[in-house]
Amino acid sequence: MKHLKIASVGALSLAAATLSTGSQAEDLTLCWAAWDPANALVELSKDFEAESGHSMNFEFVPWPNFADRMLNELNSGGKLCDLLIGDSQWIGGGAENGHYVKLNDFFDKEGISMDDFAPATVYAYSTWPKGSPNYYALPAMGDANGWFYRKDWFGRDDIKAAYKEATGEELGEPKSQKELLKIAQFFQGREIDGNTVYGAAIFTERGSEGITMGATSALYPWGFKYENTPGKYDMEGAVNSPEAVEALEFYKELYKTATPPGYTNSYMGESLDAFKSGQVAMAMNWFAFFPGLYADPDTGGDKIDFFVNPPQNQAGSTLGGQGISVVSYSENKDASLEYIKWFSDPEVQAKWWSMGGYSAHNSVLNDASFKDSAPFAGDFLTAMEAVQDFWQEPAYAELLLAMQKRVHDYVVADKGTAKEALDLLIEDWTEVFEDEGKL
Amino acid sequence: MSEKTIDRLASATPVRVARKVKGLSDRAIAWIFVGPTIFLLLAINIFPLLWTINLSFTNFKANRLNREVKYIGLRNYERILGDADVWLSMQATAHFLFWTLFFQVLIGFTLAWLINKKFRGNDLWTTIIVLPMMLSPAVVGNFWTFLYQPQIGLFNYIMTFFTGADPSSFDMLGSVDLAPWAIVIVDTWMWTPFVMLICLAGLRSIPDYIYEAAEIDRASKLRQFFTITVPMVLPFLMLAILFRGIENFKMFDLVVQLTGGGPGSITEMASINLKREAFEKWRTGYSSAFAIILFVTVFGLASVYVKALNKVKER
Repeated sequence: MKHLKIASVGALSLAAATLSTGSQAEDLTLCWAAWDPANALVELSKDFEAESGHSMNFEFVPWPNFADRMLNELNSGGKLCDLLIGDSQWIGGGAENGHYVKLNDFFDKEGISMDDFAPATVYAYSTWPKGSPNYYALPAMGDANGWFYRKDWFGRDDIKAAYKEATGEELGEPKSQKELLKIAQFFQGREIDGNTVYGAAIFTERGSEGITMGATSALYPWGFKYENTPGKYDMEGAVNSPEAVEALEFYKELYKTATPPGYTNSYMGESLDAFKSGQVAMAMNWFAFFPGLYADPDTGGDKIDFFVNPPQNQAGSTLGGQGISVVSYSENKDASLEYIKWFSDPEVQAKWWSMGGYSAHNSVLNDASFKDSAPFAGDFLTAMEAVQDFWQEPAYAELLLAMQKRVHDYVVADKGTAKEALDLLIEDWTEVFEDEGKL
Repeated sequence: MSEKTIDRLASATPVRVARKVKGLSDRAIAWIFVGPTIFLLLAINIFPLLWTINLSFTNFKANRLNREVKYIGLRNYERILGDADVWLSMQATAHFLFWTLFFQVLIGFTLAWLINKKFRGNDLWTTIIVLPMMLSPAVVGNFWTFLYQPQIGLFNYIMTFFTGADPSSFDMLGSVDLAPWAIVIVDTWMWTPFVMLICLAGLRSIPDYIYEAAEIDRASKLRQFFTITVPMVLPFLMLAILFRGIENFKMFDLVVQLTGGGPGSITEMASINLKREAFEKWRTGYSSAFAIILFVTVFGLASVYVKALNKVKER
C-alpha cells in the first residue's frame, strides 16, 4: 500500500510537471541590428518579460555586418536566434529556404489580422511570394530613407539672401531632386560661422548595401523599375531606361559636387556624424534615426527639420524597415510566437511608437494625433505611401552585391557611363536569374 | 641517467604494457607516432581539397541546401577565366604583390644593413622598427583610415607640407589613382620590419673573417657588398620574399579595413572577390572553382620559386 501511495504521488508530480511545461518560462533571444530602435525594443520588451515570465536576451549586430552575420546564422541552421527582425529583402530566402516559420495558422488562431497593418509594410516585410497571403513575418518597424537639414542655417537671412542671389529662388525644403542638388551645391564649401561646410551627406558605402540604398533614392523618383512586367524578370529597357540613366547621372553629380571630401565609403554612421559635427547642410538617412537626431543637444531641436525624399518624375522613397519572424531552428517556438502575439497588440504598438520604434499598425498610424506626435511623423506617413524596395528574391544577396559593384564603379570610381553601368547590371542580374532557373 | 634509475623505471612499467610494446616493430611504433598527424592532415587538408575540387564542377550553393545540385562540368572554370572582373581582381593582386615586395625588400634590406652597423641605441631602434608588425591588421587598418582622412588626417597634412597642395584636395582611399598605392604604403609600413629581421639574421650569419680576407685582398666596400653580402644574404631574402609573397597573395583583412575593395573595385583583390562569391553571394560551386584556380596559381609559382631558392642555397 505504501508503495502504491509513493507511486501515485510520483505519477501525479510527473503529470503536473508535464502539464506545466506549456507555460514554462523560457529564455528567448531576439536578433536585430544594433541601432537606436533596438535599444527602445529592449525597454519595451521588459513589459513582455513581466507579463509572460519569459526572459529576453538580445543579439544586436552593427549594420555593416548584420546581413553577413545573420544570414550565416540562418544558412547554418543556427539556434542563436529565436526571433529575428530581418531585413525586408531576406523574406524570399527566409521563406524558400525554410529559415522562417510560416505564420498564417498562428495568425488565424490568435486572431491577428494583416489588415490591421499598413499595406505597404505587409507587402514588403511579411509576404512571400510577394503580395500573396503567405506570411512569414509581422511588420515590426516601418522605415524609409528620408532627409534632414539644418533648419537654423536655412532660416538665416544672410544665407537666404545669398541663395536668392545665386539661384533666383527662395531657400526652403527642396520640392524636387534637382532642387535638392541645387541647394546642396549652394552649401558646398560655404563658410558658415567660420567653418567650411558641405552640401549633403549621402550613402556611398561599397561593402554591404549603402550605395544601392542611396542611388535608389534617386532612381525611384525618376521612375526606375526592376522589370517591365512584374514577375517576368524582363529587365532590358526597365533597369537601363533613359530615366534610370538620368537618375544615376544625377546621383553621381550629387556625389561629385555636393558631398564632403573623402566621402567615398559612407553609410548611416558617417551620415549621422557628418550632420552632428556641423559639416553638412543636409543628409539622407533612415527615419529610424530621426527621433535620436531630433533629441541631439547640439544639432537637434530647433536646429533640425525633416523632409521626405523629394520627387522628380514621381514620388518615391527607398524602403527600409523589417518584419519580425520566428526562426524555424528555434527550440522555443511557442514562446517566440507568444512574443509576436504580444507585440501585435495595439497598445504595445502605441507604446512602441512612443519609445522611438516605427509602428506599422493602423491603429497607431491612423490615429488623428499621429501626424503631430513628432516633427517627422507626417513625413514618415508620406514616405510610406510611395516606398519601393529592392529585389526580395532568395538570391537577393547576389543581386545586391552586383548593384553595389556596378553603381560604386560608376559613381565613385568614375568607371564608364551610367548606361554602361546599368547594362552591366542587367547582365549580372540575368546571370543570377538564369542560375536560379527563373530565366 | 644511472643504471639504477633505468632499472627502476623498467620495473615500474606495468607488465601488460611492457609486453605490448615489446611485441611492436619499429615500423609499427613509427606509425603510432605519425598516424594521428596523417589522419589530421587527411581530415583537415586533403579531404577538404578533394571535396572543393568536386564542388567546383557543380552549381552547389551552401545557403540553398534544398536545391538540386547539378554537375555542370567546366562551366564554373570557363566563367571565371572569361570574367573580366576576375582578371581585374588578379591585376589588383599582382599590383599589390609586386610593389609591396619591391618596397619591403628595398627598405627592409637597407634597414637591416644600417641596424647591423654597431652604433649606440641599436637595440632601441630595432625594437621601435619592429613595432608595426606586432599590431593587429584590423587596428592598423583602422588607424591608417584616420591618417588618410582628407580633412583631419595626418598623412594628408604631411603631404601638404612637401607638396603645398590643399590637404582635402586628395583622398588616398577614395581616389582610383591613389587607393592602390595607399594600401601598398600601409602594408609596407607594417611588414617591412619582418623582412628587415630576416635580412638581419642573414647579415649576422656572415663570418667576419670573410670580410677580413676581402680587406686583405684589397676589395673595395662596394665589391665586398656585391660579392659577399648580397650573395650570402640572398637565400634569407628569398625566404622573406616567399613568406611575404604568400601572405600578400591572400591579403584580406588590412585591405577590407582600409578600402573594402573600393573605390569601385579598384582594390578588390582576388581574396576579397573570392570571399564575396563564397560567403556573401553563396555561389559555393563557383567559388570552389575560383579557389582551385588560386591554389594552382600559388602552388605553381611557389614550386618554381622554391626550386630557385634551393639552387641559390646550393651555390
